[in-house]
Amino acid sequence: MKYTLIPLLPLLSFIINILFGRNFIKDKAHWIAVPAVAGSFILAVSAFMDVLAGNVINLNIYNWIVSGDFQVSIGFLIDQLTAIMLIVVTSISTLIFIYSIGYMHGDGGYYRFFAYLSLFVFSMLMLVMANNFLLLYFGWEAVGLCSYFLIGFWFHKKSAADAGKKAFIVNRFGDFGFGLGVILVFLTFGSLDYAQVFGNAGSVVGQTINILGTDYDLITVICLLLFCGAVGKSAQMPLHVWLPDAMEGPTPVSALIHAATMVTAGVFMVARCNPLFNLSHTAMNTVAVVGGVTAIFAATIGLVQNDIKRVIAYSTVSQLGYMFLALGVGAYSAGIFHLYTHAYFKALLFLGSGSVIHALHDEQNMQKMGGLKKYMPVTYAVFIIATLSITGIPGLAGFFSKDEILYRAYLGGDTGKFLWLLGTAAALMTSFYSWRLIFMTFHGKFRGTHEQEHHLHESPKVITVPLMFLAVGAIFAGYAGIPPLLMEHGDRIGEFLSPVLGHPHGEGTHAEEMMVMASSVLVALAGWFIAHKMYVKNPELPRKVAEMFKPFYNLLFNKYYVDELYGKTIVQPVLKISDKVILGFFDAKIIEGIVNGVPNLIGAFSRKFRQVQTGLLSNYGLAMALGALAIIGYMIFMR
Amino acid sequence: MVPLSWYIILSAVMFSIGVFGFLARRNLIIVFMSVELMLNSVNISLVAFSHYLQSMRGQILVFFVITVAAAEAAIGLAILIAFYRNNPTIKVDEINLLKG
Repeated sequence: MKYTLIPLLPLLSFIINILFGRNFIKDKAHWIAVPAVAGSFILAVSAFMDVLAGNVINLNIYNWIVSGDFQVSIGFLIDQLTAIMLIVVTSISTLIFIYSIGYMHGDGGYYRFFAYLSLFVFSMLMLVMANNFLLLYFGWEAVGLCSYFLIGFWFHKKSAADAGKKAFIVNRFGDFGFGLGVILVFLTFGSLDYAQVFGNAGSVVGQTINILGTDYDLITVICLLLFCGAVGKSAQMPLHVWLPDAMEGPTPVSALIHAATMVTAGVFMVARCNPLFNLSHTAMNTVAVVGGVTAIFAATIGLVQNDIKRVIAYSTVSQLGYMFLALGVGAYSAGIFHLYTHAYFKALLFLGSGSVIHALHDEQNMQKMGGLKKYMPVTYAVFIIATLSITGIPGLAGFFSKDEILYRAYLGGDTGKFLWLLGTAAALMTSFYSWRLIFMTFHGKFRGTHEQEHHLHESPKVITVPLMFLAVGAIFAGYAGIPPLLMEHGDRIGEFLSPVLGHPHGEGTHAEEMMVMASSVLVALAGWFIAHKMYVKNPELPRKVAEMFKPFYNLLFNKYYVDELYGKTIVQPVLKISDKVILGFFDAKIIEGIVNGVPNLIGAFSRKFRQVQTGLLSNYGLAMALGALAIIGYMIFMR
Repeated sequence: MVPLSWYIILSAVMFSIGVFGFLARRNLIIVFMSVELMLNSVNISLVAFSHYLQSMRGQILVFFVITVAAAEAAIGLAILIAFYRNNPTIKVDEINLLKG
């Protein structure tokens, strides 16, 4: 089947680059990587067309593991959900690969960068195309591994190496739950195949599982365990701490992995498992609340950060929260829709910030930027487009998807109104910090050194052209899902996805829809207004406000001290236990005790026994004589 | 006709003298001679029994013993001379390099 090539082309690019990159390909690595992902993109489009024509492909290619009842095959499922993900992943990968040619130019690890990036694309495609849980888990772990490689790409920098480790370890917590979830799925359904699991989902309703003496609803436990993985991978509360640190990686990595694709794997997975989640009210509410809380929590931190990439990172965490909020209220297609639009405008924001960082020679602190508007007009323009899109200004992609989510939250059940309020408040903050970023970076006077000012320049075409393509996406991607209020049957993406994800429940009146839409537009404008007032009109105002609410400001600036909390409660105790108990006691006493004890014991014995060997002939003679006497005595007296 | 028991007694006495010499004397050459004495005492009893039992087996064994004893004496004395050249002593209690 030709669609097998979709993941295989990037894999091929990885193999060639990693084997021959160092000695032969060197700075030509993109000649292999870019055509490979572009090929995947073309095939993905053809797959999408196929699905659009009504063909859902579910094909087992190879029997991976056969062990009694446990049978897993490598197989691909290309349905409506996968088709959308394929388009998102491959199109953004292609643009970011091209962008990387310019951004990574001259880096010593150029071939390595493209090799890892190709491996990532392969893993991500395996993740979205899997037709069973184990293959999903394979892709899931493989993207995590690539993320680790790429965050720590500049591994000689300690902060980057640490950030890579942090991402990997924090994800371990989530993936532990996810792994248990997959095991529990197998134990419950006797299969890991999507079709069989989801087909039999209804039959286990009401079953319970006994954990430590208490009975829990089986489906709820499965869903919550699976959601653990999503919380880790998609950087939701309380496992969000790795994503802002992951910004230590090269900017194209931040854009591709930590904004557009990998972090949305959690959203994809929950959407994919919607037949399970639909059966558990508790799990759905958990998803919604975690998403809503994360959305506002991350947005508040984003308000005061000064590192340009960290602001966007917190914005990503917040937007991922929106997606989970949508999933949690049952509006799966709205979540996937936001995933799809978010991929474009967030990748654009990241790549734009990369362009700025590139121009300023690796300066990321926004307090040392300013006034870049006249030096970098293209970057400024795409930044404005991305910001208009993320803040939800009507007509751009973000508006349609965000509005859909907020509307669905508003209609959604008991906690719905509360979640809608959270989402709207987060939208206000999103608008504020996004505009703050623009004003601090592009407006006002340049605050960096003269040296930097002298070298300010627009980035080369290889960087700006992918930006323009993404900007087109950030504007028009949203027209796939126009709300019914504005256009009858406009929600084409929702219709397209409905065979997999179903329809969201609840119907609101036109008035309600209008109210939600108006309020979200209003808060977007309010955010712009406040930011403009604070950062353009009165540049002194932010400091005064910070002084006025000092404790609150410090709390936000220090990210609610979550890192410190984890440091105190988890990292330090673990280090202490490792040092004192594992290393100091178990390793030094028990392991080394056994390893050194055996030879010591033998040595002690032989030190005693070797005294027998006196070297004196007469002693040996005496021993022989006495021995002979003893034998004779035995012969005579004992027989 | 000398009774068999006399031969046995002679053999036992010679053997005991050999053991005593081996254990008690300090001169390595005397120790060697004691070993020869023990071997020859065994030879006497072998020949005596051979005669008594009218079997040639015992006497055949004696030839082997004499052969081995000759070879052993030659090698032993050679080692002794080689040792003496490096370490001018033939006292048994001073030759104790091979100890644990």
